[in-house]
Amino acid sequence: MRVLVTGIVGGLGQAVTEQLLLQGHQVMGIDRRGWPDAPDGVEVVEADIRKRPAEDVFRTFKPEGLIHLATVTHFSARPSERFRINLGGTRAIFDHCHKYKVKTAVFVGRHTVYGAAPDAPLYRTEQEPPLGAATFPELADLVAADLFAGAALWRWPKLNTSVLRIVYALGPSGRGTLGGYLAGQKVPTVAGFDPLFQFIHERDAAVAIRLALEKKLRGIYNVEGPPPVPLNQLCWGTNRQPIPIPQPLFRHVLGRFGFPKLPPGAIEHIKHPVVIDGQAFREATEFKYEYDEVAIMDGFRWVERK
Amino acid sequence: MWQKLTDSEVKERLAEMTLPFNRYGLDPYGVSREHLGFVFSLLAPLYRHYFRVQVHGIENIPAKGSGMVIGNHSGGIPVDASMVLASIFFEMNPPRLVHGMVEKFAQSWPVVSPMFFRMGQLPGLPQHAVRLLQDKRLLMVFPEGVRGIGKLYQQRYQTVRFGTGFMRIALQTGAPIIPFAFIGGEEAYPTLWHLKPLAKLLGAPYVPVPKHIVPVPLPIRCSIHYGEPMYFEGDGNEADDVIEDFVAQVRQRVDQLIEEGRVSRRERLRREQAGRVAE
Repeated sequence: MRVLVTGIVGGLGQAVTEQLLLQGHQVMGIDRRGWPDAPDGVEVVEADIRKRPAEDVFRTFKPEGLIHLATVTHFSARPSERFRINLGGTRAIFDHCHKYKVKTAVFVGRHTVYGAAPDAPLYRTEQEPPLGAATFPELADLVAADLFAGAALWRWPKLNTSVLRIVYALGPSGRGTLGGYLAGQKVPTVAGFDPLFQFIHERDAAVAIRLALEKKLRGIYNVEGPPPVPLNQLCWGTNRQPIPIPQPLFRHVLGRFGFPKLPPGAIEHIKHPVVIDGQAFREATEFKYEYDEVAIMDGFRWVERK
Repeated sequence: MWQKLTDSEVKERLAEMTLPFNRYGLDPYGVSREHLGFVFSLLAPLYRHYFRVQVHGIENIPAKGSGMVIGNHSGGIPVDASMVLASIFFEMNPPRLVHGMVEKFAQSWPVVSPMFFRMGQLPGLPQHAVRLLQDKRLLMVFPEGVRGIGKLYQQRYQTVRFGTGFMRIALQTGAPIIPFAFIGGEEAYPTLWHLKPLAKLLGAPYVPVPKHIVPVPLPIRCSIHYGEPMYFEGDGNEADDVIEDFVAQVRQRVDQLIEEGRVSRRERLRREQAGRVAE
């Protein structure tokens, strides 16, 4: 299958590319960043997904499948840029899919769209509303992009669209939202709270994305890996030091003293769990994770600390 | 750290428990073997020596499979829930963990919130109840809710309105209902009035002030009376009046168990008094 991957240079993009090549697919990528040592046979066009060169890739490569990974978070982009890339970019990509008759599109979203709250249930299914923006305004663009991608199911019924809400991907690349939070030796936690964190090895996440494409999945699916572990355990397991900080002081220490810079809304996600149920995806694709929670944390132990 | 604080009997009983703990001693709901060990080691002296809990009908609780343990709230602070938890752990062979449905306000409190999670006491949400029962776990529900712990001493052992949500979930999941009565909590913590301003400050529904002023339960002997399992036919989509009728049957059975428990306590006290006089 000819597969176009947007955001191919990211940690997950590279892992997806490896998986697609292993299965004999023809891969092309779009990214604002270059990939000098891209695998043989993979062409990467350095372009913004909202601009004409990106549309040219659809015109000339004629992809049969699309994997949309080109979304950004508060770790890497300013709010205005996030809205342009996450919403404007997703809209442009789905318009191109329709116009150039792409058969299958996979939107790779995040499980955090469900939001964290004291009264939120564990193991949320796809029927739960995505309330992420209620307590974490910086997620609003990603929630909107997730819902917009899901709307392609009725807007363009001939396009097999799947929206994957994947738990945090963690792996040796050290990239991703959770990778950014665990980047330093000291990890800030909210004193008196120890929520469950759910994560998946980035290679397993890449396999799940490939399966969604190959099975021509339609619909919204949660993708989970091994059972969740408490945040403190995650810190110790990845050879980090959890530093409990009283909540009133929390926002004042972020970005200082070696702690990562997080928006205030992220505090709820460090106090309360966001745990999803991936049963529907497992049944639809027969997906099984290969790396358990211990192997994932071990793999992250040696990632260089900032 | 927690392991060092766990007594040997609790360790042995935990080893017999059939929860799917991973290599870190955690189950998929975040229940921690170490935390269970620590908390049950704390509860053991309270259960055996402070409240001297007597348990009747423990054989009515299924040794495996799902079940809903339904009873009355007794006293201003949840002595009842912790002693029911302890009774099912210490009296059943092999022991089982009963998952409580915790009031949502407690999930916002530091330390308390993660401790409840590690003990398998999850926020009281229908999603949690359904999932736990489908996973063949045991659930503890007080259908009176916060109304139950808000009762004053003068209303002791009078059940207040039962919510109906538990019955729909029992029907939906096919779980049997094991009614129980908790006797003694009302005397251990006899609520005289509520400190409303402090409750508002803490975000709690009540801050009960007991007769003895000091907010610590008295060392009163307690008893738990488990009744035979009750089975109801249906799928949970029945009309309200059908559900309310089923709930009324459960409430009536809990009221009967309360009465039986109080009678048996009076007889025991009479026997003890007679014994002392004879001496």
